[in-house]
Amino acid sequence: MTTRFFGAAVKRNEDKKLLTGQALFIDDVELPGMLHAAFLRSQVAHARVKGIDPSKALKRDGVIAVYTAADLGAYWQSGPLLVPPPPVPGLVFNLRTHVPLARDTVRYAGEPLAIVVAESRYIAEDALDDIAVDLEILPAVVDLEKALDKDAIPVHGDLGTNIAAHVHQTKGNYRSVAAQADLILKRRFRYEHGMSSPIETRGIVAQWNARAQHMTVWDTTQAPVFVRNGLAGALGLGERQVRVIAPFVGGGFGPKIMMLYPEEAMLPWISMRLNRPVKWIEDRFEHFVATTHERGQIHDAEIALTRDGRILGVKDVFLHDNGAYNPYGLTVPINSQCTLLGPYVIPAYDSTFTSVFTNLPIVTPYRGAGRQHGVFVIERLLDLAAHELDIDPAEIRRRNLIPSDAFPYRNEIIYQDFQPLEYDSGNYEPVLDKALEAIGYADFVAEQPRLRAQGRYVGIGVACYVEGTGIGPYEGAKVRVQANGKVSVATGIGTQGQGHFTSFAQIVADQLGVDVTDVEIVTGDTDQFYWGAGTFASRGAVVAGNAVNEASRAVRKKALKLASDAFECAEEDLVLADGKVSIIGIPEKFIRLGELAQRANPMRGAVKPGTEPGLESTQYFGPPSGSTANGVHAAIIEMDPLTFELKILKYVVVHDCGTVINPMILAGQIHGGVAQGIGNAFYEKLSFDEHGQLLNASLADYLLPTALEVPRMQLDHTTTPSPLNPLGIKGAGEAGAIPVGPLFAQAIENALGLKQNGVELLEIPLSPSRLFELIRKGSKA
Amino acid sequence: MKPAPFKYIKASSVAHALSLKAEYGDDGRFLAGGQSLIPALNFRLARPAVLIDINGLAELEACDCLEGGRLRLGALTRYRTLERNGDLLRACPLFADALPHIAHPQIRNRGTVGGNLSHADPASELPAVTVAMRARMRVKSEAGERELDAADFFVGLLTTDLRPDEMLIDVTLPVQKPRSGGCFLEVARRRGDFALAGCAAVITLDDGSRCTDVRLALCGVGETPVDASGAAAALIGEKGSDKLIDAVATDVQRGIAPAGNVHASPDYQRHLAGVLSARALRKALQRVAHAA
Amino acid sequence: MQPDRHEVQVSVNGSAYRREVESRMLLSDFLRHELLLAGTHVGCEHGVCGACTVLLDGEPIRSCLMLAVQANGHELSTIEGLAQDTGELHPIQQAMHAHHGLQCGYCTPGILMTMMAFLRENPAPSEQEVREALSGNLCRCTGYQNIVDAMLVAAKAMRASVP
Ligand SMILES: Cc1cc2nc3c(=O)[nH]c(=O)nc-3n(C[C@H](O)[C@H](O)[C@H](O)COP(=O)(O)OP(=O)(O)OC[C@H]3O[C@@H](n4cnc5c(N)ncnc54)[C@H](O)[C@@H]3O)c2cc1C
Ligand code: FES
Ligand code: FES
Repeated sequence: MTTRFFGAAVKRNEDKKLLTGQALFIDDVELPGMLHAAFLRSQVAHARVKGIDPSKALKRDGVIAVYTAADLGAYWQSGPLLVPPPPVPGLVFNLRTHVPLARDTVRYAGEPLAIVVAESRYIAEDALDDIAVDLEILPAVVDLEKALDKDAIPVHGDLGTNIAAHVHQTKGNYRSVAAQADLILKRRFRYEHGMSSPIETRGIVAQWNARAQHMTVWDTTQAPVFVRNGLAGALGLGERQVRVIAPFVGGGFGPKIMMLYPEEAMLPWISMRLNRPVKWIEDRFEHFVATTHERGQIHDAEIALTRDGRILGVKDVFLHDNGAYNPYGLTVPINSQCTLLGPYVIPAYDSTFTSVFTNLPIVTPYRGAGRQHGVFVIERLLDLAAHELDIDPAEIRRRNLIPSDAFPYRNEIIYQDFQPLEYDSGNYEPVLDKALEAIGYADFVAEQPRLRAQGRYVGIGVACYVEGTGIGPYEGAKVRVQANGKVSVATGIGTQGQGHFTSFAQIVADQLGVDVTDVEIVTGDTDQFYWGAGTFASRGAVVAGNAVNEASRAVRKKALKLASDAFECAEEDLVLADGKVSIIGIPEKFIRLGELAQRANPMRGAVKPGTEPGLESTQYFGPPSGSTANGVHAAIIEMDPLTFELKILKYVVVHDCGTVINPMILAGQIHGGVAQGIGNAFYEKLSFDEHGQLLNASLADYLLPTALEVPRMQLDHTTTPSPLNPLGIKGAGEAGAIPVGPLFAQAIENALGLKQNGVELLEIPLSPSRLFELIRKGSKA
Repeated sequence: MKPAPFKYIKASSVAHALSLKAEYGDDGRFLAGGQSLIPALNFRLARPAVLIDINGLAELEACDCLEGGRLRLGALTRYRTLERNGDLLRACPLFADALPHIAHPQIRNRGTVGGNLSHADPASELPAVTVAMRARMRVKSEAGERELDAADFFVGLLTTDLRPDEMLIDVTLPVQKPRSGGCFLEVARRRGDFALAGCAAVITLDDGSRCTDVRLALCGVGETPVDASGAAAALIGEKGSDKLIDAVATDVQRGIAPAGNVHASPDYQRHLAGVLSARALRKALQRVAHAA
Repeated sequence: MQPDRHEVQVSVNGSAYRREVESRMLLSDFLRHELLLAGTHVGCEHGVCGACTVLLDGEPIRSCLMLAVQANGHELSTIEGLAQDTGELHPIQQAMHAHHGLQCGYCTPGILMTMMAFLRENPAPSEQEVREALSGNLCRCTGYQNIVDAMLVAAKAMRASVP
């Protein structure tokens, strides 16, 4: 196989449709007779539902139906557990999943109580005001620590506690290493991650065809196969009777996966009842409470080191805000727990977390998926240690990096893919070196005093991370050469802008000797591909990409076999290039791939036993475990010492995600990740009051970074292929977002000389106002 | 997020608009740029029965220099029109500083001076600028016309002195005097966001570089724009030394009671008010020096 | 209450349309669901995200912050009118493709319309000016860098194509 396309910055196949306004997004689906839905959502976070009276709404012109939990009969049931807890000994897990419409209790502000179906969305919203709701308001559980008080009101009354889960994992023996430490530092860290806020919100269109007894659902989901299976089960249909299509999706970043959202369950059911297509498009206000968040953790963490800055062990006890229901199991806190170990040799680790039910929207993974929280803790601990031991922050990191000959490196504890955490491959020090060189670390350290003398508060930060990517279970792909010579590829994942249409095409194009533009990829249509898990955990390119590769190889083999039969020559004498198979040295002797495809599906004659017709193949790929990418971010920032406004002067990312399919697409993923990381570190905060009300549910107050907040980034990479898949790739979707919080904290401290004044930044997000408060408090102390 | 139903009437003249407003009172709302009103409709925070569209009324579009050294901005003057009018920006340089802080180009293409001032958002830049510039508002109803000082126009949070039947017709303000310098500064979370605190300063000096007049107004730190010219009066008759300016800033901080919001604590806002007052005054002084 | 309806006549990308709509219908909904020009996207309906940006008489505006009735008698330009009838992309679209200025592409139509007007008024912008002009359009995928690069290149191409 020649690699003409693999590894090249091939321009994207999907762009043209998007650039001309021709791509089909969910709200572009228009069907004859389509109705529109709007949800009545609880305005309070915790209440007993005493009654809902829709009678006035039903009288409004244009209103077709109103449903509450009482109308759902047996359809009213708790949603599925998507990710069961991993097999950790002694683990406690209290499962409480959400319901389609609240019946007896509402558990977060925003939880749906009723749904109105009307001739237009305008009328549906009018009718929401007509519905009378009688709620008995209960105290809301908002504070993570108070939620565990003995007399705290339980979010789930039958459970009697707000503990959603409790997990203890260890590696080595922390207590014995701590006894030998020269330095032990202990701090409390708070890390909050916001919400993914894709520019397109969620949406669903459901169309029941009574005649065909068939349901079609267009859904902004990252996991269409799971949605189909879930819906078929719930609606009592066969899986063949349900087709789920994820059209072009305007960004996901995690929360678009939480399958069987209440709206996802309701729309198809309504379409069946009314025998009309129904559309629901989440508006931005709803999005803030109806789509899942990630939110916060509180860590009490301790690090034990030798005098020369080597880590002996880390102990961490943390609380995780789970929100009102836990359909996504423990993915987020397990990620925090595992990723805290970072790229460092940490001989002993003792980590315990308690996941807590609160009267706040549901928490599920959002880009980074808990990894940020862990990385923040270890990176900050190292900064504190560096200061205490008078070691340069970059140097203390270097001293603790896992050496390149230590791979595969076992961290022993159980990861989100249920396997003991093991880093497949890596070579960490060169990544750090490159980053330090690119940011000009040594020069900056020399320059800083001069800048300070000029009254400029400029600081530097360096942060390292690893990212577990590309986990199983599996994905599949069907690759088929058509009679016109074009190749069609179907996979079961959804795509939300990651460039799968192109990166998969590159893999196929190389295997089959065709042009990238001759490969047409279908993702996210369950009728095109039956099986799959979804796009999450930076796994699309790794897992589905390898499945595409396997299937292309099988098709290539078939093509060569068919051609060798036709030419009556050995396969070794053939080349596959430019869309045709020819005999080496006799280029005029060739058969086009399209013709081979026709021969593979003959009208007459016998097909030999054992041969499958069609120039196509379906293959699956499941990695034995996740592959581990790594990287370093470095930044130079300038602070206004009075207003605490921040300006990024330089930003560098060096990372290693194994073999790269398309460096252009990869760079885009990193850029976008960093932008979200910057938002997380300094701009985006979900502000709840003590009643569980979100105070900033608008894009005017939930601050997504604009082109003025996100700096130009300088990227570089090293390549340590993954041994876990034939292509050697590792995921990269989340890398950009992960280490920005600790990087900002470190650089701000450095710029303002905070450590010298006894001020430590132990929380994210930061903001000018928060810095003002912390510094004022710190310098008073 | 779709508006509740309303009746839409496109006014054919100011007189028509005023007669409609007289008829509907508080149930009717003028629709100018729509950049504050329509978001409020979409969130269903506002549910007027009648929208009176005043767009296109030429009588409200004046944007010129009057005799006697005053500028006149018709209520329908769009931010973009101002931004593109070099003469006006030279005559009132505070606008040149302040306008880029207001939202984004797409919103500045629609948003109007009259809509902004009538909306009276205390965190908005323009009300503070009008207070600093001693602007006068001309308002009209079917019953007649009156003129108010900017400082009297803003009476509370999102509240003006406009009566239910009145319309803001235009604003006039003096062109900046010779040997004067002005500066508008603000801190917002992102460019285009409403100010956490903002400050407009104008200083006039005599030939001996002594201050003869100083105006200072803040936004974002009270229920209305805050006129802090009283605190700044300490500069009059003086050459603006750093020490004096810092004292003024401290005085400004004492005189305000910011409420805080999700982005800024009250103390931080108060702190900013001081920092920005001092910086704006210094910059204004520098600019006089440059102009001289 | 009877719905308050009005006739709206607009020209969009040079074609004339006439519809009767309720007064409260947002221009964004009108374009997307009445005229079926769904290339204009909606991300927030409160003026912040910029996805709905279209040109009204040549100037970029938020179509979610304008009523359809207000557009009566005006000329609108949307993403659908940007490429040539032959399908050839406008230099600004080509530059976005060449520089990977889009990922999910949801923000893209609003960005293109904003930048069309900006580059017309400002044919040789600096990077900072491009960033300022872009600041009213949120993109959650790209981190903006490639968009900025694309616009600087598009500016050059557009300058070259003007005699
Ligand atoms: C994303 C975004 C960001 C923004 N950021 C800022 C910012 O940083 N700073 C800032 O100052 N503004 C900001 N704004 C608001 C913007 O400036 C508005 O344009 C302005 O506040 C209102 O002007 P308008 O012409 O759009 O008025 P409209 O929205 O049409 O009207 C506002 C109110 O004034 C009334 N009104 C309008 N004209 C008159 C009149 N002539 N007489 C009497 N009453 C009248 C209306 O009935 C309505 O109650 C932002 C808006 C958005 C959408
Ligand atoms: S949809 Fe109009 S600005 Fe977001
Ligand atoms: S490309 Fe997805 S929002 Fe911009």
